[in-house]
Amino acid sequence: MSLTRMYGLFLRHFYLITRSFPRVLDLVYWPTIQITLWGFISNFFATHTTYYNNAVGVILTCAILYDFLFRTSIGFNMLFLEEIWSRNFTNLFIAPMKIGEILTSLVATALIRALIGLIPAVLLTSPLFGISILDLGIFLFFLFLSLYLFGITLGILVSAGLLRYGPSFENIAWSTMFLLAPFGCIYYPIEILPEVFQKIAYLLPLVYIFEEARNILINQTVDIENIYYAFMWNGVYFVLSIALFYYSFNVAKNKGTLINMGE
Amino acid sequence: MKNLVEVKNIKKNYGKNEAVKGISFNIKEDEILGLLGPNGSGKTTTIGMLLGLLKPTSGEIFINGQKLEGNRIEILEQINFISPYIELPKKLTVKQNLTVYGKLYKINNINERIEFLSEKLRLEGLLNSITGELSSGQKNRVSLAKALINEPKVLLLDEPTASLDPEVGDFVRSFLEDYKKEKKLSILLASHNMNEVTRLCKSILMMKDGIIIDEGNPEELIHKHGRKNLEEVFLKLSRSKNELN
Repeated sequence: MSLTRMYGLFLRHFYLITRSFPRVLDLVYWPTIQITLWGFISNFFATHTTYYNNAVGVILTCAILYDFLFRTSIGFNMLFLEEIWSRNFTNLFIAPMKIGEILTSLVATALIRALIGLIPAVLLTSPLFGISILDLGIFLFFLFLSLYLFGITLGILVSAGLLRYGPSFENIAWSTMFLLAPFGCIYYPIEILPEVFQKIAYLLPLVYIFEEARNILINQTVDIENIYYAFMWNGVYFVLSIALFYYSFNVAKNKGTLINMGE
Repeated sequence: MKNLVEVKNIKKNYGKNEAVKGISFNIKEDEILGLLGPNGSGKTTTIGMLLGLLKPTSGEIFINGQKLEGNRIEILEQINFISPYIELPKKLTVKQNLTVYGKLYKINNINERIEFLSEKLRLEGLLNSITGELSSGQKNRVSLAKALINEPKVLLLDEPTASLDPEVGDFVRSFLEDYKKEKKLSILLASHNMNEVTRLCKSILMMKDGIIIDEGNPEELIHKHGRKNLEEVFLKLSRSKNELN
């Protein structure tokens, strides 16, 4: 056993971490996010033990909705990362494709990927747990559409980061959804969050989507306002993400990232 | 012969680092122009700018009479690129890869085009093979097929025969010579293989530290510098101070 060689290998990874802010960020926020998310969930169940008594399957329905969002976002990122991993990235960007064409085809492919994952999950919940997500009725379509829009918006934002910072941004790609989970109020109502966090959560479409899913399942009523706000914020973030992607593409052309997609 | 590529005083700075310091050159129709220079001399940066992957800090590039800035898509339809540092998706078959790129370049009669290229590049038996499972030589020929899928008017080659055995290397060079003659193609060839450059190129640009330090045809350069071959000229210029400064 050689300490020098082991130290050499340690240095190989240490240098990488110290030269990449996204990697440092990745190390810090995973534990923070997990503790925050599960802290809120535990807090909620400790203080509201009867909340879900009248609506069996609310948690499972929210889990499926969240998973659809997760699959859409990760699916979009995966499509982009696949090009980097296979060293095909440059080929793609020297093909005569407009940025809009690249984004549109990735958005459509991400939807198909997400549906392939979602449909078996939806079909399994009924025989296994006696629960059908279709109980959400026609509004299920709007909730899914809203989640899909937010999923691809996050995907575009992360892809913009990959263009701008290169593959070191990859870890962010995997964890964006976890970063937003505590604010999304997926498994608990917004009131459980501290006031400051509530203000942040209201700026995200997620909170309106999951509040509305719970509202339909537990109260058997529909609050159109929630759906409206979800789409409104989705529109805002979607436009911002497209603008940021174009901006990142231009930065990448100036910095040379498009021809140097390495570590 | 008309100039298919016109590069006018392009510069590229990365912050304070001047990677390319104002170079100009033309590539005629049916011409292979060699781009030589030591590592870090600005060759890849120059190719990146020609491909629209890098924005020049200043200067202009015209391809087939069209200015690159503002006409990126139209120009990319007419050019293509091959480099050992980029690959095609490994999990796809050769035919799937060529079909995908045929679609991206909006090629009519993709199957006919694939058939033509696979015959020319000895790929007939490999079309249904997984790209990632091919040998280096086979992958190189597939990349060449991808680079010719759109019948480019301008082809940019970065070390096209690096890591190939002499037989495959010779095949690729012969193919490029014949194809260029047949299609009146303009080729920019960046290579460290001096025999390859001597064989293929009628004109050469020697780059160092972001500028063109000498140019001419291989025989002229060998004679001018009093050396036996192009490799010795390359070594002399690489080790000397910039002659045209």
